[in-house]
Amino acid sequence: MPVVDTLIRTGGQTLIFETLAERTLALSQLAKNQNPEAGYEPLLVELLRSALGPCLQHGIRIVSNFGAANPPAAARRIQLLSRELGLPAPRIAVLSGDQLTQPDQMAYLRERLGTRFDELDIVSVNAYQGASEIAQALQAGADVVVAGRVADPSLVLGPALAHFGWAEDDWHRLGCGTIAGHLLECGTQVTGGYYAVPGLKDVPGMDNLGFPIAEIDASGALSITKAFDTGGMVTEQTVKEQLLYEVHDPAAYLTPDVTADISGVTVKQSGNDRVDVRNVTGHPRTDTLKVNICHHGGWLGEGEISYAGIQAEARAMLAAETISKRLRGRLKLRIDLIGATSIFGDDDGELLRQHGGGAARDVRLRIAGAHAEKEIAEQVLREVTALYTCGPAGGGGVRTALRPRLNSISSLIPRELAPASWSFTE
Amino acid sequence: MQMQPDTSMTTVPLYRLAHSRTGDKGDISNISVIAWTPAYFPLLQSQLTEASVHEWFGFRKPRRVTRYLVESISAMNFVLDGILDGGVNDALNLDTHGKALSFYLLDIPITVSRELAATLPDVHPSYQ
Repeated sequence: MPVVDTLIRTGGQTLIFETLAERTLALSQLAKNQNPEAGYEPLLVELLRSALGPCLQHGIRIVSNFGAANPPAAARRIQLLSRELGLPAPRIAVLSGDQLTQPDQMAYLRERLGTRFDELDIVSVNAYQGASEIAQALQAGADVVVAGRVADPSLVLGPALAHFGWAEDDWHRLGCGTIAGHLLECGTQVTGGYYAVPGLKDVPGMDNLGFPIAEIDASGALSITKAFDTGGMVTEQTVKEQLLYEVHDPAAYLTPDVTADISGVTVKQSGNDRVDVRNVTGHPRTDTLKVNICHHGGWLGEGEISYAGIQAEARAMLAAETISKRLRGRLKLRIDLIGATSIFGDDDGELLRQHGGGAARDVRLRIAGAHAEKEIAEQVLREVTALYTCGPAGGGGVRTALRPRLNSISSLIPRELAPASWSFTE
Repeated sequence: MQMQPDTSMTTVPLYRLAHSRTGDKGDISNISVIAWTPAYFPLLQSQLTEASVHEWFGFRKPRRVTRYLVESISAMNFVLDGILDGGVNDALNLDTHGKALSFYLLDIPITVSRELAATLPDVHPSYQ
């Protein structure tokens, strides 16, 4: 792993795996419901097989949210992996408190969300926990810290807190460490991933993008660089795009740890693939934690069919009209004309109506509909397939899919109702 | 007196002045606009307003558009509330996150002098 080799060569302290998206946690919970020893990141062993030995040997701590819905099981699997690899047994800390199941927690959410809370077919309820428990575990000597739902930047702030001993109300430094985490949280999105536009924003070595590395000093000053011998790039532009990614008010980026503030941030290229980030600060954290409630959300039915040649767009639109009439009133449909207009428009189809009849000669019609009842969503698939024999001429390449949906709503909970903790695995 | 059209001005798509990335949280999309150089920032500040961006995305009926300025990096951040059909889990769109929306904004026309237009970055001719 180039990033591990780079950490070893440069005296790096911590390797962080950020593997948890919003939906991933609900999927993990469903996996745990099937098998009590599942529910952690499915790629856990693959991620750690080559990294665990070198990290243990060189004192590089591993911190991750790869515990997902089942951090204790992930810890057991890591212990097993260390035995399989003939490594000394690592000290593994497991975080808890993110999964909300207690009656007082449920009562609070019910009060806040009203009756719709009772109508939800809930899969998982998680609070976003912060960096404190990660820092405590590292200071107690953990080699590996396994978390479930913690705020992504907390994975980086935790090691910084442990290393520098920053006070938990040192809002300025907490803001800096949090922004370091924010810049790292989507992996290569700061090293040239998700950046390239050929001829305008070219990125070298896209096939081997390097993972990012944050260098943080005791004052909170930070620089972003990347693993040696990798592709991609760290430039002022790549850093700026990631600084604002998923941010609303730049003066108030809320995490469980701090209200980080990048409203006066500066970036400066200070070397090849190295950018200094300065003038970040922070303000007191809020009294609440964000909560994600994932619930079953019915079924999504989708079907696609292609038309090419003369009147291709017109034939695709005739097919769409035909299906809309055949399914009239049963469920709301979305229609896309891939190759003419598809993802820019919203589900109401205003952009498609504005597009009118175009002259594209190779388009793919996509029809999607969602419904609480599987049988009704499935009708979308049947109708698209039926276009072979009872739709416009020359349609080909039908593909259909029916899948269960997981929906989510978010809320807030007072900190004192959702305390976090940690412990070493026996 | 009849107004003469100002032939010293022209329009260019936003991507010649700035780059952009979209993020999402629930039913809210944020779209950054980062000037290629600080010199372009005042132009963006005066023309890329909450009202003009709201109008540009009118077909998606945003509930509210808020603009935040981060002048220290010559950037602005647009927060468009209610344009993701409920967000990543609810929308029927293939792009439930609205990841592509920055590239819709990058086509918005910005009025610049012909003199400036001639110097702005553009897609390399070998791609055009």
